[in-house]
Amino acid sequence: MAETAVQEPKLKTQEPLFGTKERKLLIDPLNENNPITVQVLGICSALAVTSLVYPSVVMAIAVIFVLAFSNLFTSLLRKSIPKQVRMIVQLVIIASLVTVVELTLKAVNFEVYKQLSVFIGLIITNCIIMGRLEAFAMANRPWRSFLDGIGNGLGYGAILIVVALFRELFGKGSLFAGSSLEMKIIGPSTEYWLNSTNGWLSWYQNNNLMVLSGAAMFIIGIIIWIHRSWNPKLVDVS
Amino acid sequence: MFHKYSKMDLVNIFIKSAFIENLVLSYFLGMCSYLAVSKTVKTAFGLGLAVIFVLGITIPINWLITTFLLSETGVFGHDFTFLRLILFIAVIASMVQLVEMVIEKFSPALYNSLGIFLPLITVNCAILGGSLFTVTREYTFGESVAFGLGGGFGWFLAIIAIAAIREKIRYSNIPAPLRGLGIAFIITGLMGIAFMSLLGIDPAAF
Repeated sequence: MAETAVQEPKLKTQEPLFGTKERKLLIDPLNENNPITVQVLGICSALAVTSLVYPSVVMAIAVIFVLAFSNLFTSLLRKSIPKQVRMIVQLVIIASLVTVVELTLKAVNFEVYKQLSVFIGLIITNCIIMGRLEAFAMANRPWRSFLDGIGNGLGYGAILIVVALFRELFGKGSLFAGSSLEMKIIGPSTEYWLNSTNGWLSWYQNNNLMVLSGAAMFIIGIIIWIHRSWNPKLVDVS
Repeated sequence: MFHKYSKMDLVNIFIKSAFIENLVLSYFLGMCSYLAVSKTVKTAFGLGLAVIFVLGITIPINWLITTFLLSETGVFGHDFTFLRLILFIAVIASMVQLVEMVIEKFSPALYNSLGIFLPLITVNCAILGGSLFTVTREYTFGESVAFGLGGGFGWFLAIIAIAAIREKIRYSNIPAPLRGLGIAFIITGLMGIAFMSLLGIDPAAF
């Protein structure tokens, strides 16, 4: 191979593929820059799915996928997108990816698809995605945008799954209901794990409030409270 | 399609979508702008009006698209439902643009009061969510109009209520980490539970 022999001398020093900056992109959204508790984005489409853990995990994976790849594609196209129509271009990229996710889920797991109903489609208007495209992918190189997408998706998914764990455990007494991992933890009958030995928890009643939409609000309010008292930089001063 | 008689009449759908199945309080739709634009009642009022307007227009249009363009019995005779999301979002974006231009032309006073809120509505999940709900619930044309207006009205009520509460609690002694966003979430949860008491007016329950 003659061509490989005449390599151009590299003027710029090669940046590491996974250095401190890249790690920061992945870790930051989990804490100091969390999309839900700090940036207040993307609450819209997802809270309704948090009454069970399993659909929340599916939703989190779907959002990570859409966010990472829409960031990647927008970043690849960022120099050729005209300023005036960039919103439309971004919406089309997001909508196509969401359609891919929707059809895949429909084929792979129809039960969860029915449970999530319109909320998979609503990933399009999830403000995190538009927000990250505008704020990050339009100004950064593809690999970093991809990592930023994964990081923000993880930050979003973490909150989603924490809320769902509380709501399902106290509202239904089970965890991962509907999947093959289904666990029955706490409840009045003996098929629940905590009550199985001698039925000492037979008086227990599940808290129906946790199944209602209001409970998701309370739990997120409390998560924000804890997060901000732990990290006082984030306190709202206005 | 247009003539299918339904058991629930249109008023019931309006009341149901405005109070019982409120888009914000029981489906969390449009939460982003709901939290971001509810600091004062005046701006909340503007955004609420704009949402009623856009929901009332886009939901029937999206119904027409689903029925006549995308379904197998439509003009093209093929099942194009996989294009639904892209078409819906395109319709919403262009309708918001169109509504903005029409209002600017005919009522500059209203345009000035809505101003910045109209473009925000494109990414308001209540609009796309409402359109998708009309598909999954298989509404007829009249029902989808009632659903759009009712859903918009419910959204309007919710954002006015939270804005009024947030104005009142601005000088209250709330723990610092809870101030702002945290307390807004908890109030919304309480409002959701309060709205649940309206379940009693559901005509289907009788």
